[in-house]
Amino acid sequence: MKIGTSTESGGGSFIGLLSTINGTLNRMSVQTIRNVFSVETGYRLSDDQIVNHFPNHYELTRKDLMVKNIKRYRKELEKEGSPLAEKDENGKYLYLDFVPVTYMLPADYNLFVEEFRKSPSSTWIMKPCGKAQGKGIFLINKLSQIKKWSRDSKTSSFVTQSTKEAYVISLYINNPLLIGGRKFDLRLYVLVSTYRPLRCYMYKLGFCRFCTVKYSPSTSELDNMFVHLTNVAIQKHGEDYNHIHGGKWTVSNLRLYLESTRGKEVTGKLFDEIHWIIVQSLKAVAPVMNNDKHCFECYGYDIIIDDKLKPWLIEVNASPSLTSSTANDRILKYNLINDTLNIAVPNGEIPDCKWNKSPPKEVLGNYEILYDEELAQGDGADRELRSRQGQSLGPKGGRSRDLGRTVLTTWK
Amino acid sequence: MMLLTHSHTLLACPPCDAFLRLLDGRPVGEQKELLSKWNEMGTDEPDLSLFRPVYAPKDFLEVLINLRNPNYENGDSLSFRTHLGLIQVPLKVKDIPELKEFFVELGLTTGQLGIDDSTQVPPELFENEHVRIGQKVLAEQDGAAAQQYIRQGSPTALRADLWALILNISSQPEDILYYEQLKTNVIQHDLLVDSLIYKDVKLTASNDDYYFVFEDYLYQVLLCFSRDTSVLGHFAYNSASPPKSYIRGKLGLEEYAVFYPPNGVIPFHGFSMYVAPLCFLYHEPSKLYQIFREMYVRFFFRLHSISSHPSGIVSLCLLFETLLQTYLPQLFYHLREIGAQPLRISFKWMVRAFSGYLATDQLLLLWDRILGYNSLEILAVLAAAVFAFRAVNLMEVTSLAAAEAVLADLSTLKVMPLLQIFLFATVT
Repeated sequence: MKIGTSTESGGGSFIGLLSTINGTLNRMSVQTIRNVFSVETGYRLSDDQIVNHFPNHYELTRKDLMVKNIKRYRKELEKEGSPLAEKDENGKYLYLDFVPVTYMLPADYNLFVEEFRKSPSSTWIMKPCGKAQGKGIFLINKLSQIKKWSRDSKTSSFVTQSTKEAYVISLYINNPLLIGGRKFDLRLYVLVSTYRPLRCYMYKLGFCRFCTVKYSPSTSELDNMFVHLTNVAIQKHGEDYNHIHGGKWTVSNLRLYLESTRGKEVTGKLFDEIHWIIVQSLKAVAPVMNNDKHCFECYGYDIIIDDKLKPWLIEVNASPSLTSSTANDRILKYNLINDTLNIAVPNGEIPDCKWNKSPPKEVLGNYEILYDEELAQGDGADRELRSRQGQSLGPKGGRSRDLGRTVLTTWK
Repeated sequence: MMLLTHSHTLLACPPCDAFLRLLDGRPVGEQKELLSKWNEMGTDEPDLSLFRPVYAPKDFLEVLINLRNPNYENGDSLSFRTHLGLIQVPLKVKDIPELKEFFVELGLTTGQLGIDDSTQVPPELFENEHVRIGQKVLAEQDGAAAQQYIRQGSPTALRADLWALILNISSQPEDILYYEQLKTNVIQHDLLVDSLIYKDVKLTASNDDYYFVFEDYLYQVLLCFSRDTSVLGHFAYNSASPPKSYIRGKLGLEEYAVFYPPNGVIPFHGFSMYVAPLCFLYHEPSKLYQIFREMYVRFFFRLHSISSHPSGIVSLCLLFETLLQTYLPQLFYHLREIGAQPLRISFKWMVRAFSGYLATDQLLLLWDRILGYNSLEILAVLAAAVFAFRAVNLMEVTSLAAAEAVLADLSTLKVMPLLQIFLFATVT
């Protein structure tokens, strides 16, 4: 049995933790993954081989493709007349507005300029499509700063520049929720075992990553990445970086703080919304995903909460960092990998990719079922767990039940 | 600078190589700078290399161990009544039957937050009704009812308001103004004690997984606190006295004596941990300040001053040791034999009211009960309960260091079940 692992630069590997499973272990680079699934090489995985990536995961994990898929998904729902695609009087989606306004550069340059001119004092964030760890990201508030990406010719057909130079530009969320005066974001782990039907799990132990420097939206600080970018890869080079706590808070700390200072209902609503946007993003890419039965994938979701307690999806990472910056971190990531493999490869037995991918409840570990399409369609009322933390993991339009408790979800 | 305690034992301040003035007016330029950095003092790194904390809990414990009542004759012969612990002052402390009566609402048949709100328990059984009652208490602003209510724990969303109600904090304009005046005082004058505060925060809260986020709030509260002369009022019921300093050249002349620091409280190592948990509840600085000040003058001061009060640290230590010796004699005797007097380990927990040792949500449940029962005795009971919980492992250790290791990490403990089992479910 082979368990393929994939590492990107800066990521960790699965190797040290698979000693309980028989079989050979292959380190596969992203390139090898591409080869494994490439039509040209004619390589076919056998039934007892599973891999921890979906072949075209980039539909979700590349910043430009993620936005494209979500935009397409929303338009489709609108066309169908689905209540999910309902808009408010300003034309903003009521339930599907969870990605900041984003344009591809240089493709959408003119569209972007039009939008920019509508609110010229706004700040925008430029991110290279294919990079990670905060590399190459910068903020702009003047058109002149991105002259490079303006299209040279005004004709409608133009040569796509190489993907290395492709950027997305998004409206910068300059009113993030601050705690202790500092900006933070949320890193949540989501395991997908199959896209059609969609079955995904949320890891209970996510964390917040704080900046070491106080937040300031002032234009003089736009270049200071320690104020704006929460990536640990960036923050750990700051003067005030602390190696004991690593600038990280658990999600349960966040929950306690928000419930104590803002109240239980709004906090519950916030977490419901976070689960909602994760599921919607997966549904958006599900139709285009190559739902190869040999595959599972654990994503790192990055979410920012603004000061109105609205969550925004920033990006999804296919190879979330598995290195640890602190002692607690190491324990968390060890358990993450352990629980992930327990779900993907039940009982530590040789896998058979034809299995129904429905692990028993006991092996979930710190994972909880986030969405199970089969169950959702099968029986509208009965749902899986509702955790103490108020995660109402029901489907749209359902009531969650567990042990006689009924919880009305805030989902339509 | 000397610290005078009730028994007139002196703890000397470590000598500073450079002559540093206790109080200094700040030059205007520095004032402006401090004002602009008021919200991020954590990044301002003054040179703290000359400073060490004035004292740490273990120094204080040495003082307590040496307390004696000169009128009390113990007799030379050892009997089963002899107290084998470190504290040798014969104060009256409660035994378990008396504690059961005192903490009756923590009993097995009463619903508790921290136990009956766990995942497996349907909220209809207890939690929903309890929340409803809490909301009613708040709506009617009934302080006495709030104090009774909170003995069963406070729902997270109601806690900030309930504590404010019980502590009688209402955040009037004059309170906010008072805080602003203290802040101005900080900007205009530099106190030597400020460096001790900086040092303490950097050593403790800044490294804490839960509280590092609130570092800047801690400076804002503690720097103002040390200048707040209204705190001197608590010395009316505190058997300690505030330390004094004399204007230069007038040593010994009472007319030239001033209290130093202005609030009479010298921060010791870990002092900032009294404030840190409150940051989870209050994010408005003047309210946070008021709550902390009230908690200090009602409760926390007793944890680092010597008195015979039942909630004073001496009584708490004695209560802890007595509970252990009476109800876990085998464990107590074993630890004594290996040179690990239990109080040496649990003292730091009690002095800090367990802040920094328990997970925050558990700590807040514990402090709910401090407010509810208006007593700190629960700290001693919890300390004993922790030893009881880990008794099996402790019986196997053979050194103080190993015992410390067994008890090093309390962050996974659930306090309410521990307390309940120790008080109500153990055969005595």
